Amino acid sequence: MATATLHLPAGEITVDAAFREEVARLSGQPLELCFQCQKCASGCYPTQEGDYTPNEIMRLIQYGARDAVLRSRTIWLCTSCETCGLRCPNGIRIAEVMDTLKQMAAARGIAPVGETGPLFHNLFLCEIRAVGRVHETMLMLKYKLKTGNLFADMKLGWQLFRRGKLPLVPRLKKDPAVRRIFERAGGQG
Amino acid sequence: MQYSYYPGCSLEATGVEYNLSTRAVAGALGLELVELPGWTCCGSSSAHAVNKDLALGLAAHNIALAQEQGRDLVVPCSACYTRLCKADHEMRHDPAEKARAERLAGFSYTGKIQIYSFLEIVKDRVGCDEVARAVRKPLTGLKVACYYGCLLVRPPEVRPFDRAEDPTSLDELAAALGAEPVPWCYKTTCCGAGLSLTRPEVVEQLVARLLAAAREAGADALVTACPLCQNNLEMRRPAQEGIPVFYFTELMGLAFGLEEAPGWLKKHLVDPFPLLQRFSLAG
Ligand code: SF4
Ligand code: SF4
Repeated sequence: MATATLHLPAGEITVDAAFREEVARLSGQPLELCFQCQKCASGCYPTQEGDYTPNEIMRLIQYGARDAVLRSRTIWLCTSCETCGLRCPNGIRIAEVMDTLKQMAAARGIAPVGETGPLFHNLFLCEIRAVGRVHETMLMLKYKLKTGNLFADMKLGWQLFRRGKLPLVPRLKKDPAVRRIFERAGGQG
Repeated sequence: MQYSYYPGCSLEATGVEYNLSTRAVAGALGLELVELPGWTCCGSSSAHAVNKDLALGLAAHNIALAQEQGRDLVVPCSACYTRLCKADHEMRHDPAEKARAERLAGFSYTGKIQIYSFLEIVKDRVGCDEVARAVRKPLTGLKVACYYGCLLVRPPEVRPFDRAEDPTSLDELAAALGAEPVPWCYKTTCCGAGLSLTRPEVVEQLVARLLAAAREAGADALVTACPLCQNNLEMRRPAQEGIPVFYFTELMGLAFGLEEAPGWLKKHLVDPFPLLQRFSLAG
């Protein structure tokens, strides 16, 4: 597939038309319809600290800017709240697009420096694979241990524990049906 | 009326009072909730971010379990509800997705059972009139901002039980309990709960904005239908902010005069008792 270099204010990016087609196919969304009205961005609070707004992500996909998009912070800030998709005049479900981008980035092990979203999701899925359910206490502890950030939120953890909201005894039963789903899905965890 | 009941992982830990209050209120309304045997995690916010097949497979597995029981499924958690409904919608309307789900979860989809949020059951199956008749201690004077969160009513084609931009079901229910729902613009604005562990500094801004808007609208408290929202709004609130956040089922329990209600409220991070005492609702 043809590649070229595009000069943007943000710098030079390599474009790759195959990327646009891949995202369109995997997300099932009519990406080509986006006409940059920015309605998606105007209602999107979660990604306001990101490097691109949702409409900019859409445009970068149209350009075929694989690397810029898959390495962006914005995709990991998207909470799939569906506000954008509800309002897009062209019926593009942007949350589906963001999911596809996360899946592609996760499959390639790409993440921006310091982004712990993929680690969190991976630990979450490990919990499901191990015992069929997510034990919230274990998930929080493992995340804190892995990020070396054990002391942040310590007070909160204690407050939750005291109120009986972080039970310590996990359910240790394996669930063969869940294991099989992971095998068929070729899933992480 | 009998339903299968899918509590989900949060309702066994951080959302335990939602679980207890849902079961108690259902009992008071004559609804029988039978916990779905062998239920597993729906995949929640992580599976769909990493692996499309896992997201569909994990949700479909629970629909398969519910199908075996032959009863409609009631789901209190908005996050579980949305994942299960989405999978059900895909299987119902897209033969290719149905085949994919059947392969992943090893079952045969019949489409015979329906999935409901508990709010939907209360509002549409029981009805606000019936709820009002069960009220012993009306929540008179209590001004509440009804916070639906982003997941409960979206996407609209998946479960159109309420309006996606300006839903009203919680407001109507609060009014049936004698409370006063205040108009405000942040009913469905995302609180960022999914980022609560990974990006707390971002989430604090989202929560501060929501709580300030509820205050500005004159609310004494917020009402939610989601364990992720309830916990996030309390955990990531600004240090000086102490507005209580209730589950709608807790308000129902209070208004019905259920004696277990204070036990649920003691589990909150923000102590709601001073507010309730002001309205003579604490005891
Ligand atoms: S709302 Fe839709 S058309 Fe408008 S910029 Fe966003 S994706 Fe493009
Ligand atoms: S779904 Fe994602 S991109 Fe869309 S408004 Fe919500 S956070 Fe923003």
